[in-house]
Formats: sequence, structure tokens, C-alpha cells
Amino acid sequence: MSDTVRSPRPAASSSPSGRSPTAPPRSFLWTRRVLLTLLTGFVLVPVYVMVSSSLKPLPDVTGGFRWLPSGLTLRPYVDIWSTVPLARYFVNSLIVAGSATVCSVVVAVLAAYAVSRYAFRGRRVFTVTVLSTQMFPGILFLLPLFLLYVNIGNATGIALFGSRGGLVLTYLTFSLPFSIWMLIGYLDSVPRDLDEAALVDGCGPLGALFRVVVPAAVPGIVAVAVYAFMTAWGEVLFASVMTDDATRTLAVGLQGYSTQYDVYWNQIMAASLVVSVPVVAGFLLLQRYLVAGLTAGAVK
Amino acid sequence: MSTGTPMTTTVPTGPGTGAPPAGAHTPGAARGPRRPGRIRRGALPYLLLLPALVLELLVHLVPMAIGVVMSFKQLTQLYIRDWGTAPWSGLGNYRMSVDFDAPVGQALLHSFLVTVVFTLLSVALCWLIGTAAAICMQDSFRGRGLLRALFLVPYALPVYAAVITWVFMFQHDNGLVNHVLHDQLHLTGRPTFWLIGDNSFVALLTVSVWKGWPFAFLIVMAGLQNIPGELYEAAALDGAGLWQQIRRITLPSLRPVNQVLVLVLFLWTFNDFNTPYVLFGRAAPEAADLISVHIYQASFVTWNFGAGSAMSVLLLLFLLVVTGGHLLLTSRGRRSADV
Amino acid sequence: MRSIRAAAVGAVTLSLALAASACGGGTSTGGGSDDSSPRTLTYWASNQGASIEVDKKVLQPELDKFQKQSGVKVKLEVVPWSDLLNRILTATTSGQGPDVLNIGNTWSASLQATGALLPWDARNFAAVGGRNRFVDSALGSTGAPGKDPAAVPLYSMAYALYWNKKILADAGIAKPPATWDELVADGAKIRARGKQVLGAEGSNLSENIHHVFVFARQHGASFFTPDGRPDFANPGTVAAVQQYVGLMSKDKVIPQGNAEYAQNQSVSDFAKGRTAMLLWQSASANLTSQGMGGDAYGVAPVPVQSGTPGPGTQVDSMVAGINVAVFKNTHNLNGARRFVKFMTSDTEQKILNRAYSSIPPVRSAQQDPAFGAPADTVLRNTLATSSAALPQVADESQFETTVGTAVKELFADAAAGRAVTAASVKAALTKAQQQMPAT
Repeated sequence: MSDTVRSPRPAASSSPSGRSPTAPPRSFLWTRRVLLTLLTGFVLVPVYVMVSSSLKPLPDVTGGFRWLPSGLTLRPYVDIWSTVPLARYFVNSLIVAGSATVCSVVVAVLAAYAVSRYAFRGRRVFTVTVLSTQMFPGILFLLPLFLLYVNIGNATGIALFGSRGGLVLTYLTFSLPFSIWMLIGYLDSVPRDLDEAALVDGCGPLGALFRVVVPAAVPGIVAVAVYAFMTAWGEVLFASVMTDDATRTLAVGLQGYSTQYDVYWNQIMAASLVVSVPVVAGFLLLQRYLVAGLTAGAVK
Repeated sequence: MSTGTPMTTTVPTGPGTGAPPAGAHTPGAARGPRRPGRIRRGALPYLLLLPALVLELLVHLVPMAIGVVMSFKQLTQLYIRDWGTAPWSGLGNYRMSVDFDAPVGQALLHSFLVTVVFTLLSVALCWLIGTAAAICMQDSFRGRGLLRALFLVPYALPVYAAVITWVFMFQHDNGLVNHVLHDQLHLTGRPTFWLIGDNSFVALLTVSVWKGWPFAFLIVMAGLQNIPGELYEAAALDGAGLWQQIRRITLPSLRPVNQVLVLVLFLWTFNDFNTPYVLFGRAAPEAADLISVHIYQASFVTWNFGAGSAMSVLLLLFLLVVTGGHLLLTSRGRRSADV
Repeated sequence: MRSIRAAAVGAVTLSLALAASACGGGTSTGGGSDDSSPRTLTYWASNQGASIEVDKKVLQPELDKFQKQSGVKVKLEVVPWSDLLNRILTATTSGQGPDVLNIGNTWSASLQATGALLPWDARNFAAVGGRNRFVDSALGSTGAPGKDPAAVPLYSMAYALYWNKKILADAGIAKPPATWDELVADGAKIRARGKQVLGAEGSNLSENIHHVFVFARQHGASFFTPDGRPDFANPGTVAAVQQYVGLMSKDKVIPQGNAEYAQNQSVSDFAKGRTAMLLWQSASANLTSQGMGGDAYGVAPVPVQSGTPGPGTQVDSMVAGINVAVFKNTHNLNGARRFVKFMTSDTEQKILNRAYSSIPPVRSAQQDPAFGAPADTVLRNTLATSSAALPQVADESQFETTVGTAVKELFADAAAGRAVTAASVKAALTKAQQQMPAT
């Protein structure tokens, strides 16, 4: 086994791609410097605004913009927890996005494995159909889906509407098409010798999938997982209709800082930062896999 | 080509392994000679697909069918309580939506055109910036890892947090954008309105590009890794300079990546609801009246779900044509390239 | 093979099960209470206080009191305004909603048309102490005329002119303006001292509607014909909208920056002493929470064209307020009615309206000395003598959207420095009317 798990780290690390070994010309270096500086500014300015505004008292934030805050306060970071039940929304979002991610990855791996490894009638129809659901406008099926969930709930007693389960189900299908398609590409790049060796060793097809192919496809799976997570994490439209106070997610819940009375800009920024930091950190930790996974999966 | 989708150009080998097509050795190859490397095994593949199929049916296809039915009904507030009783309106909703002489049709057409222009610009800019950045960061230099992490931040931020920050910056009286453009650089005679009026289009485009280009960057960066270094070396030996290498090797090699990337970006941007909704609320300014919010307003704010569904179906048909056309063109191009 | 298939089936079932149920683990609290537990009620409250959490703190003790009295436990959810109408809509569509809910009183007729709300006929009204307990102005905004009301008034509010004492004194203005001409004249003096004159929410559709409705009244016009058909672009309504938007474009009293306001930024501007005057409904609790003490501002009736506020063309406010409604699908009708009775009882009316600085729509509670402060007197008089209900027609929410958007676009024109003429107003209103559903 150890022999088979080692090998597949496709492209990203195995082929050291790069342009000519000679030093790039000065014109390129300057273009690069200018472009990257501009881009860094473009990306960083809003981030700086978030950070600096989150540290200002409300009157300063609602006054004219100034680059340097006149006084710093951590007050917004205290207040955010009492203005809206941020902790609950955060947990809801984690549960929903996390479950949707896990489910989406499992379902996508199974489907991608079938497409990648087996010949069967309808293969092409399946992949095209699944991919084409990517273009459905959410507006078209928001109300019908909602009605469907309610009716399923009435008929079977499974609470889909208003529950996190319904939202999980919805989100997982949002990321499913692109995930399946990305994984097909990735699994195709995992050498078939691996499955065969496992089959010869007496594993069933599923054994081969989970013991051999999945471990070999970790970068691809991580890429898909990150994508699925981000899709579920930021969704507003369906969450605003399908959740109630107990199950509300962050994407919708953050709107609670803009109330009947005032827009608590500093708290919005503080809360956005607090909820973003873990996600951004996780994202950045996984970005190495992400690039590797995309390299072999999506872009081949 | 025997791969599952026209978008993928997968070959059944691991890249860089240099192994011959592994499928040649599989037992399945004997049974299915036309699809080397893929095994025929009765029901198993269908079982593996079942979860995905059931979920797609439940969440996408069945509701979409219901939506199509709704589009033929006169589904206003009087009937939403029991929409089965809503009278059939035949093609009435469609006729109203495409009657471009009447205000409803006009508004829809206007919104559609705004969306098309917006989407094309946004996708083009996202792709351009993403590709330029990826090419710039192909060679390693000090701080490259840090920059790469930084560039992914807009993609990793929750949509609401990102967009609301831009709303904050685009405010007329207190926003950063006017502070810089007007107060500090004196570029404008008076502070600009970004969230209402004609400039709202610029604001929307800026936010969309800010959020979208890191994805293009990520994908192109991954695509660059697949270009064999030997190609560059060969070109360098031929005396091609760096700019020529980019033009002759990098960009052509990225073509398959770009075909997929552009389509995906197009569909996401076209259907994007979150950005305009958070940016402008439920009544978007005319100049930035994207179709998704327009339909949302038609159905949820004015409670005419029949008309809203009809508009959605029209939108779907348009996207179907675009996607189909794109797939057709790209797969044909590829087939000839493969031969 | 068999074992393979079994394993495959197992995996499929597992993943489906994962997807369908185990993932969530959340329980639905949104659904109406079921038959088995008539001892509970679900109540959707609207966001009336500084935040949703503040509302919970205000309401929960009262709900506990109700539970002690009646044994019925009320599950409270405070729904933000951004979500409330959508939530009601989806509840209506699915039949899965709360038992009792707050609605903006201007939605009454629209929601009445869906048939989802319990009609308050004589028998139902009797259960809460009779129709006569409520003041007429509030009852006028509970549904289409001639039909049983779809809801019962809960909190009443009216527009008033809030003015900053110091800014007006500094500008040498002795008393707040009583007519629009006075306001414009005072505006010049205030602007000369470098202050903004009048706050407005140019991108807030509802605020736009409330104001142009009153202006239309003052021009003797209406946006609907007597039989309830849209008539948006008649000479009177055009003049009304032109006058309102003209406060920015022509009279320069509304600062241009307010054209993009939609989230009550104008209140915060006023509380910070940036703007001299503000037209708002029941703003005192809000101003207090933003650090503006009650002695820093005065409250006066909203200006009229000439003379003093009164009925007819002297109307100076819409009847603002919140109604409480019962969802027809409730399984606990008695409990729901009892809860409405509790919420509209004199005691609760005093407590809740106090907390939200609104006026009780219940006669006996309104007379309580607790609502005798000068600010309350102005609001109470306005409600009693010079306010009018927004059109109680089924298409009211479409009206708010189309005309509110038209006014928003006109404000955007004004902010961009474009002239707002009778012709441009008429064009905008005509377009709005053509977007109304044909009936």
C-alpha cells in the first residue's frame, strides 16, 4: 500500500514548470512590479477599511472617512455578540456549510468515480445534465423548491423547510455539478494501476475507491471541498427565505447590524472580520492543495 | 474523444508519470474496446451516480419543472395561498415579458442588456487581471507565497462582508472612494454618487471584479503548472524573448483552461444575485438593474410569481443557447486539434 | 459481486441519509404549532427597537407574563424588516407560518387579499374587547374598506417634524416652520450657518411613499381612484412628487447626499447635530439611543401648504403603525385570540408603546398620562386629526415598489444635478403605473 499512496501528486510538484532559465528582461520586471503593486492595493484597501473601521467608535465611522483613526476602541468587538446572536449564526453557518461540504464531496466522489472508471450507457448525458444545472437561475426554483420542501415535510415528517437539513441539501447541490466535473478530471489523472493493484489485492471497487483512489486524490478533494464550502458559506437568497431565527446563517444574520435605528458600521466590520478570519485562515492553509487539486482536476 | 464532457480533455494517464495509457492493461479494455480503460460493470456505476442524480432531481430539476408550470399561471397574491387554483394564463406571462413596446417588456429588455454588458465586462476584466497576475507570479520571487495568499482573500471573504464593505466605501458623503478621488486627488469637481444613478454600474463592476478575479487567478495559476518547462526551454533556444514566450506558449497552452474558466465565470456572473442585492437592496438603480434582482423584484416584491417564472424561463433558455453554443464551438475546435 | 453491490447500496444509502437528515440536526421552529400542543403559539414580532436583541428583551418578560396568566407558551421570533414580507409570503404560500404575527399596517390590504390572515369580524373583535376600543385612524389602516379587518392595531405612529433647538436658535429662527414655504425660507438661514437643513431617505421606497402620499393629499390628489385603480400620474400627484423631490433639486433643503440614504442614516445625521430638521415617525427612542437627549430637540407637526394641520388637504402624516394579525392556519385559534387580547390590553399597550415611543391605538391606554409629554401630544393630535391611511388596496405593496422606485430615481436625478421637471416626474409616474399588474 505504502508504495501506491506515495506517487500521485500530479503536476504541481512533479513537473517544475517555469519559463526560460535566463533572467527575465527589465521591461517584464517593471511591468510585474507595477501590476502586482496595483493589485495588492486593490485587494488590500477594502481589507484595511474593514480593519480600521472595526476599531473606531460609531460616530467616527459615520463621519467622513479618514485613513488614520483618531481613536481606537475594541468596543465593537464586544458589542457584536449582543447586538445579534452572532455566535449562534456562526455555529449555524459552520454546521450548514460543513455538512454541505462533506455531503457534496462524498456524493461527488462517488459520481466522479463512476464516470471516470466505468463505461455505461448515459455517461455523457449524465455529465452534461449535471453540469447544465449550474446555469439555472436561483430565482426560478426558489419558490418551487420551498414548496417542495414544505410538501415533503407534510408528507413524511422530515423537516426540510426552516431546518438546517433543508439548507444543507440545497447548498450541496449548488456545488455538486462543478465538484463532480472537477473530480472527474482529477480522478482521470490518478493512475488506473492503483485501482487495479487494489482489486488484485482483493478489495472491491468501493474498497479500491476509498482505500486507494481517495487518498491519492486528496488535493483534488480538498479543492472541491473548499469550493463547496465557499459556495455554501456566502449564500444569501435561499438562506433568507429558508431559515428562521434558530437556524439563520451568517450570510443573512450579518444584516442584523443594520437595524431599524441605525447602521452599526463598526460592528458590521468587526463581525465580518471575526467570522472571516477562521475561513480565510483555513483557506490559506489549504491553498497549496487547492492549486494542486485544480491543476490536475479543473484545468486539464 | 471519449471523455465524459466536452469540456474536459482528460487522457487516462497521470501527468508527469510518463506511463503508457494505464487503461490498456485493464481487464475492462477487452470488453469495451471503444472505451479503453473504462470497465463495464452492470449496475454499479448507476448506483454510484444515484445520490447525485436523486439530489439534482430533488433540488434542481423537479423545482425547475414546477417553475415552468408556474410560468403558465396567473400566480399573483390572490392565488399564492393555494397556487393550484390559480387560473392558467397560457402564454400571457411570456407575451407580457417580451412585449418590448410596453414598460414591463422594456424594463426586462433593458435589464437583460445591462446584465449582458456587465457580465461581458466583468468576465473580461476578471480573466485579464487573473491571467496577468498568474503569469507575473509564475517565476518565484521573494514574497510570492505571501502575495498569492493575499490575492485569494477576496475570494475567501463571505460575500456579504465583502460587498457591505464596498457599500461603506462607496458612500457619497463619508466614503473612502470619494475621499480619495475628490478630497485628496481633486479628480472630480464634486463628490460622485456611486450607489445611485449612472455610476452605480461602475460600482457594481468594481465589486464584481474585486470578488471574481481571484478565482480566475487561481485557475490560471493551476493551468500554468501544466505547461511543460521544456516548451519554454525550446523556445528560449530558438531565441524567443520572454514576451514572445508568453504570447506563443503560455497563452495558447491556456486555451482549454480558458474555455472552461470563461464559461463558468460567465454563468456565475450572469446569475449572480448576492452582489447586486447587498449592494443596492431590493430596488437596484436602472443603470445597474441586473436580471436576477429584476426577476426577484418582479416575483417577490410585486408578488407576481407567474410573470417572474416566465422571465426566469426566458433567461434559462438564453443561457442554454449560450452554453450549448460555447460547448459546440469549443469541442469542435478541440476535436480538430486532437486529430 | 454480491458483496460489492451490497457495499455500494450501503454507501448510497448512507450518503443519502447523511444528506437528507443527519447533516442538519436542526429542528424547525418556523412551523405553526401542531394539534398536539395547543399550549404553544409562535409569534413573529417586527423589529421595533434598537436591535433584534433589544426587542427580545422588551417582549420576553411580557410573554412570560402571558404564559403565567394563560398557560400558553409563546415562542418569539423577531423578524428583521428586510425579511418580514418574504417570510410572510412564504408562510402564506406554504401554509406553514406563525400563529400570530406583526405586519406593517400599510400591508394590511395586500395581505388581506391573499386570504392568509384571520378576518376580524364582530365575533373575533368581541374576543379582544370590541372594535370600539381602538381609535378610528388606526382602524382605517387594517384592510380594504367594507371588508372585515385583516389585523388589529398594535402600535400607532405618526410623522412629526423633529428640530434641533440649538441649530435653529443659532440661525435666528424662533419657532419651527409650520408651512413648506417657511421651511424653505428657514432653510436658507440654516444653510448660511453651514448646517444641513432637512434629512430624508431618498433610496428608501417606503419613506418615499409615505411622503409623496402626504404631499398628494395636500395637493388634493390621490394615487388611486375611489374604486381602487392606480392613477399615479394625475396633475395633483405630479405636483406632489415634484414638490417633494424639489426640496432637494430646487429648494436645496434636503442635502444631495441623502439621495442614497436607505438605512435611516438621516436619523443618525440628525442625532449628531449635522441636520437641523427631520421628518420621522416616533423617533424619540431612536434619538435617545443615539445619544441625543430629549431637551436637545423639539417636536412639531409636519408642515402643510398653508394654515394648520387638519383633515382633507391639511393632512400632514400617514397613519403609521404596526398591526397584529392571526394566521388563518393556526391550530390554536383561541390561544391566538387570547394573545392578541393580551397584547392590546391597557397594561401591555402602555408598557410596549412606552418602550417603542409609539402611541397606543387603544383609546383608554392612549389617555394615560404616560403619553402626555409634549412630543406624544403632537403625535397623538396628528393621529387624531390630521393623518390619513395609505390607500387600502390589494396592490399597495406593488404601489410602494413602483412609485417608491420612481421617486428614488428622481432623487438620483436631482442628486446628479439634473432638473426635476413636471414632465420628467410625469414620465416616471406613468412608467410606474404601467408596471402595475393589469386588473
